Amino acid sequence: MYTASDLRKGLKVIIDNEPYIVTAFEFSKPGKGQALYRTKLRNMITGLTIDRTFREGDTFEPASLEERAMQFLYKEGDQYHFMDNESYEQIVINEESLSDAKDFLIENLNVEVLLFRERAIGVELPNFVNLRVMKTEPWVRGDTSKADFKPATLETGYVLRVPPFIEEGELITVDTRTGEFSKRVKE
Amino acid sequence: MAENWSLVKRKKALQLRARILRGIRQFFVEKGYLEVETPHRIPTPAPESHIDAMPSGTWFLQTSPELCMKRMMAAGYEKIFQICRCWREKERGSLHLPEFCLLEWYRAGGDYHSLMEECEGLIRFVAEAIGLGEELVFRGHEVDLSEPWERISVNEAFGRYSKTSMTKALEQQFFDEVMVQEIEPNLGIEKPMFIYDYPAQRGALARLKREDPTVAERFELYIGGLELANGFSELIDPAEQRERFRIENRNRQFSGKPTYSMPEKFLTELGGMPPSSGIALGVDRLVMVLLDVGTIDEVVAFTPEEL
Repeated sequence: MYTASDLRKGLKVIIDNEPYIVTAFEFSKPGKGQALYRTKLRNMITGLTIDRTFREGDTFEPASLEERAMQFLYKEGDQYHFMDNESYEQIVINEESLSDAKDFLIENLNVEVLLFRERAIGVELPNFVNLRVMKTEPWVRGDTSKADFKPATLETGYVLRVPPFIEEGELITVDTRTGEFSKRVKE
Repeated sequence: MAENWSLVKRKKALQLRARILRGIRQFFVEKGYLEVETPHRIPTPAPESHIDAMPSGTWFLQTSPELCMKRMMAAGYEKIFQICRCWREKERGSLHLPEFCLLEWYRAGGDYHSLMEECEGLIRFVAEAIGLGEELVFRGHEVDLSEPWERISVNEAFGRYSKTSMTKALEQQFFDEVMVQEIEPNLGIEKPMFIYDYPAQRGALARLKREDPTVAERFELYIGGLELANGFSELIDPAEQRERFRIENRNRQFSGKPTYSMPEKFLTELGGMPPSSGIALGVDRLVMVLLDVGTIDEVVAFTPEEL
């Protein structure tokens, strides 16, 4: 059982008998008032998002989803193909169900596919994934007028902020929980 | 390349934070305030319904320096300020850290309205000290800092920004929800805004208004929808204070929280405190507003998760 203070982005809970994932979370506490936990929750079956505010004493049933180790194979339109590492069975998940995970899916990546009543409804990524930088502005050494970071486009099309010394073609590690740059990979 | 990229990224913010702290100290020194330091670790915090202290051995880490600073006021220190660390259990979000930096100041004489003026003066002084003009941008809002800032009572704010009245929200126990969801996002958008006269039960250490004892002489400052400071005319009647603490402890008991011992030394000395007003301002949040950043993580060197 979870309580409201366990709520955080990515937590999966059962509400009205359906699995939901917390997609946005804000802790609020108006002066001298009680703690409020404001969330956006995505229904993991329908993909619909709802807003809910919880109080400190509220409790939740964890959404116990079956996890199966699979490998991402390829993408075709908005269909993402995965293969079960044990049975070699292939399954398809559409882009909508993948949500932000699609930004970090590169071929052959090992993930945990989440199943609710035998149906694939999403994936669990490793915390850190290495991705190649496809596009970013070159770094002018010694130029101090530039900001501390610059945008870079990764091989999945995902755009994030990186330090100025990162060059095109380099491999970087991204924290999939925050979507932020973590470090440069020495090749 | 430095390993800790998130710390590298915060350098500019931390340099400005240091200038803001210098500005605060300069403001108070020029106004004749004495900077004081009181212990972080105390035998018991002030019992308040929704503020939870972190145990430290058999004692607690302070949730604010309020009790010790008021004992100093009672001993004849008439204008004092302190910048210190405070701890509140389970408070973590993009606007909260369980360990945070509080600026608290007290002065003898003057009520909460004159304190609003001083607060206004402080923030204008600090904004100028870091090179901001009469305007700042926060969360996409252009906030005009010129005097006077807006003032609105809590009751009026409910009337203006919510379909629910304050009385009804209190009756149905939805005061906090309405405050957070409907009212707060509208406060301090064009100009910084003071919202004042809170329901009596929301100010355990504040004086009640003589003309209307259903409200406490307490205010909060908002800029760009963010709550920055909480001040009030101080309650200086020890018997009434003891009774209020008793009620707060009872509320804690009802919601399954630990109760706190009566701060006896504070209660004994409170009777000697002159009529005063006092205010606490979240320094981390002030830095957020002046630098226009979205999360509290960006204005401190380390968050607890990074340790």
